[in-house]
Order: sequence, then C-alpha cells, then structure tokens
Amino acid sequence: MTAAAVRPPPSPVQLERRRRFLRSVLLGGAAVGAALAGWIPIAIRAEPRLRPPGAIAEDEFLASCIKCGQCVQVCPVKAIELGDITEGFGIGVPHIDARAQACDFSCDAVQCILACPTGALTHAISKKEEVRMGIARLARPDACLARQGAGFKGQARGPSYTGLHRYEKVDRWKPIPVADHPYDLELCDLCVRECPVPEAIRLGPMSDDPADRRRHVEITQTCVGCGMCEMICPVEPAAIVIDARAQWRPA
Amino acid sequence: MSLMQSIAIMLGREPAKPAPEAYSPEARALHEEKRAHKADKALRDELHAALHDAHKVHTWRNRRWITLLVVNLLFVASYRFDVQLIEGALTASRVIGFHFADLNSALQVTLAFKTILINLIIGTGTVLLMWLLLGGRSFCSWTCPYHLVAEWAEALHLKLAARKLVKDHALDRRVRTVLWVVFAVLALGTGYTVYETISPTGILSRALIYGPGLALGVVGVLLLLEIFYSRRLWCRYLCPIGLTYGAVGAVSPLRVAYRPALCHHEGACRKVCLVPHVLDATKKGYATGLHQGLGADCTRCGLCVDICPTGSLRFEVKYLDKLL
Repeated sequence: MTAAAVRPPPSPVQLERRRRFLRSVLLGGAAVGAALAGWIPIAIRAEPRLRPPGAIAEDEFLASCIKCGQCVQVCPVKAIELGDITEGFGIGVPHIDARAQACDFSCDAVQCILACPTGALTHAISKKEEVRMGIARLARPDACLARQGAGFKGQARGPSYTGLHRYEKVDRWKPIPVADHPYDLELCDLCVRECPVPEAIRLGPMSDDPADRRRHVEITQTCVGCGMCEMICPVEPAAIVIDARAQWRPA
Repeated sequence: MSLMQSIAIMLGREPAKPAPEAYSPEARALHEEKRAHKADKALRDELHAALHDAHKVHTWRNRRWITLLVVNLLFVASYRFDVQLIEGALTASRVIGFHFADLNSALQVTLAFKTILINLIIGTGTVLLMWLLLGGRSFCSWTCPYHLVAEWAEALHLKLAARKLVKDHALDRRVRTVLWVVFAVLALGTGYTVYETISPTGILSRALIYGPGLALGVVGVLLLLEIFYSRRLWCRYLCPIGLTYGAVGAVSPLRVAYRPALCHHEGACRKVCLVPHVLDATKKGYATGLHQGLGADCTRCGLCVDICPTGSLRFEVKYLDKLL
C-alpha cells in the first residue's frame, strides 16, 4: 500500500473548510457572472437607444452615467425613462421612447443636461439647436399624409394617448396632453408644425403642377433628432421616425 | 486593537486572541479578577433574566429603521411630490442643491470613464466627510434600503433555523475583498460600470423612486438565498459597497465602544451582529483595554447596544467625551 492510500479521511473541520471555500468561490463567481451577463444585451442590441439631449458617445455614456435618474426628475414632459435590467450594463441609464413621449424642449434650457452630475449628458451644450440625438427619417413615405396630399382632423394620436406637448399658443409654460389639442388641417403638416427646432423639417411640392396638393418631407441638417415628429405623426405606426445616434456626415 | 488589525479583519482575516503583550495592565488585572471570582449561580440567573429583558429593547433598531425609511422616503417624496429635498437616487443626488455621490458608484464611474469629474469630486467629498463623521458603514445599516429588507429576511431565516428547517451556510469573508477588486478591475478594463448591473442598493433605490422593474429579481434571488441558505449572505460576505464604506469607518470617530468591566461574556451581542468578528474583544479574556472601539467593519447598527444587559457596549463619539 502507498502512503496516499492510508491517509486518514478528512476531519469534519477540514471538510467544512473545504465546503466553505467551494461555496465562497461559487457564490462570489455567480455574483461576478451575473454582473458580467449585463454585457449580453449591449452586444446583441441591433438598434441604438435614443438617449436624452447631450448624451456623449454610447460607450462613454454607459461608462459615465451614475444611474441616478436626476435627468428623469427634471423633465417637464417625463420623456426620459431609466433602463431595466434587460438593458444589462445599461441598467438605470436614461433613454427616450419618442413615440410614447418625445423630448419637445419645453423646458427651454435642456434641464436634463443641467441635472446630470457626471457630464454623461455633456455640459458643453446649452441650447436645443446644439443637441444631436439622432436624425429624423421618413421611414414609411407611402403612409405619410402630406405625400398623399391628405389633411388631418382630430386628435393626433387618438383619445387614449397620454403624451404631453407644450403648445406655446395655449400655455407658454405648461405642457398639456396632445389629446386635449385636436387639429383640423387641410394638409397634414403636424411634423413641421410641432417641430421645436426651426427649419428642421420642410414640406416641398411633389410636382410643378400648382393644383397638386401632395408634399414631400425634407429633413434638413438642423434636425437634432428629438423625436417630436415621430411622436406627433398621426399614422400608425409613425411614418417618420428617429434614427437614434445617427449624425449628419460633415459636408 | 490597532488600525491595521482592524482593517485586516475587515478584509477577511479571522480575529485571534491577542498576544500577551497586547494587554494593558488594567485589562490584565480585570481578566485576573474575573478568573478569580467566577460568577455564582445566583448572579448568572440574574444575568439571564436581565438578558431576557434586554431582548425586548429595540431603541437603536427603531431609531435606525425610522432614519432609513425617512431618508429613502425623502428621495421618493422629492420626486413624486416635487418636494426637491433629495433629488436623484442613492447612487447620486442633490441634497437641497448640493451634489452627493455614493462613494462606490462614483468609484465605478471614475474607473470605467477614466475621467476626473468635478461634480463627482464635490459629491464624493461631501459624502466622504459625512460618513467619516457618521461612522462609515453606518451607510449600510442606517441608509441602504437593501439592508432593511435583508434584516427582515434574516428574522425569517432565524425562525426557520430555530425549527431546524434551514441551516446557515457560512462563506469565507475574504470573498468580499476579492469581489471589490474584481469589480474595480472590471470597471477599469471593460469601461462599463459592471457592478451596478446587480447592485441591490442601486436597484432598490431606483425601484422605490422610479417604480419597480424586472431588476427587482436580483433582490428577490438574494433574499431567497439569505432566507434559505446563508444568513445575511450579501451584506456579510459579498457587498463591495460595504467594504468601501468600511474603509471610511476605520477612522470614524462615531463608533460603538466596548468596556469589559461589567461584561459577563454571554455572547448575546455576537449572536445578533451582522459582522460578529468586530465583537471578538467581548469574548472572555480577549479585551486588551478597559475601553476600546469595535473594528472598521462595524455598521453601527446598534443591535449589540440594544441587547447588552450590562451597558458594556455603547455608542460614543471618540475625542468628544474628552472635550466635554
């Protein structure tokens, strides 16, 4: 018999010590593993999220955001939501679902940027015209009422829609529900009419015929990607959408 | 106990009986005296009775729970009812306009972003100073919402354990130190605040303020583990935030102090404590002086102060009693 074969069985104390070590490694490893699993949603996400005004480049944004939600708290139209754990490392990081509630800059002074304690929403920006969240795009031109020469009458998003918008002519200071502000338009120009940035969207004639009421939608380089057009678009799903994070190529 | 020993024990070293030369002459005399005069049965019975009464004292626990609830509800009310006293969440906030930043969250962001942010410097400076004065890990027991639900889970665990339905499985305390380093390295290496993904403190604080989400599943899993598998698993063995604040508590003047003179070494304090290794001095013959603070890892929760029938454990502000 070899020396190893006659080694006495481990004492209860030794056994417990071994088990404790194993438990510690397994549970500690599980905690690290669970946290690292937060990388998966980042890796598989096809479309970038629409981030609040002033958000720096996505990787840096996720790194610098301290997940406190102060931007959420100051937004007068409650456009900003925090990511759930399904966003992985993006948990607690703010984003905007423009179709549900867009940023319409009704705070006037980009309050979310002022609220951000880490500069994840960069303090280099102080005016809405400087914001670059993305670019609007007419994703479904066939559905666009303006391109059909059609008008629009009624509540832009129906009676049950709860989204808010500040109508300067109604109340300069307080956003009201879009449902409380019905329209009666001979030609639908809602995206142009409610766009908070001057000249970001234009309607142009489709032909030389003056009787042709159809208008095409042109998005200019002043578009900041706030998503107001996507929110107000009365067709379902929206004809105009924001390509989050898209940037105009330098001319 | 020296500062280095206190920190080593916080990092995971098991406390040991002090070396003979570590005892002060007064402490040595006290231990001699106690050995010579073993408490007779009448005195022991009296003590057990006193201990029974002590179990009903919840002064500090109640103060602490009220404080914890008020702080967290102030966050909620500030947003929900636009009171604007504490805006933000526990990870970072503005308290009547002043930046506050959680030390651990600020550390993760700084390591991941690799930039010194002036607002975070201000925020962490304020918070560092605050918890330096208030006891370091007192953040855990007096503010962290997870600590409160974990205390309730612990009560359930102890009930089940008393009926032999569950058994406590201890972990090696060094695992917390390893996790702290691992999460710091991961933040630095990946550029993401990896730890925040599972931080029950951040998740619970945001859930309270902004509404519940799937992330509460993390809290649920942890509580289930703590009820059925390992008592106070997260706060005791794993949470890196606890270690961050523990480092602050190592030098904080607000502490629980132990005076062995009246102590009968029944060990009731160690049984209720989240971090019993800080109470090693309460074992018979372990106290090296007549008056010493508990270690850095102490969360200043006051459970030991409540349960001690002899008043041997008390809150104190170091240096302040000398001034007065």
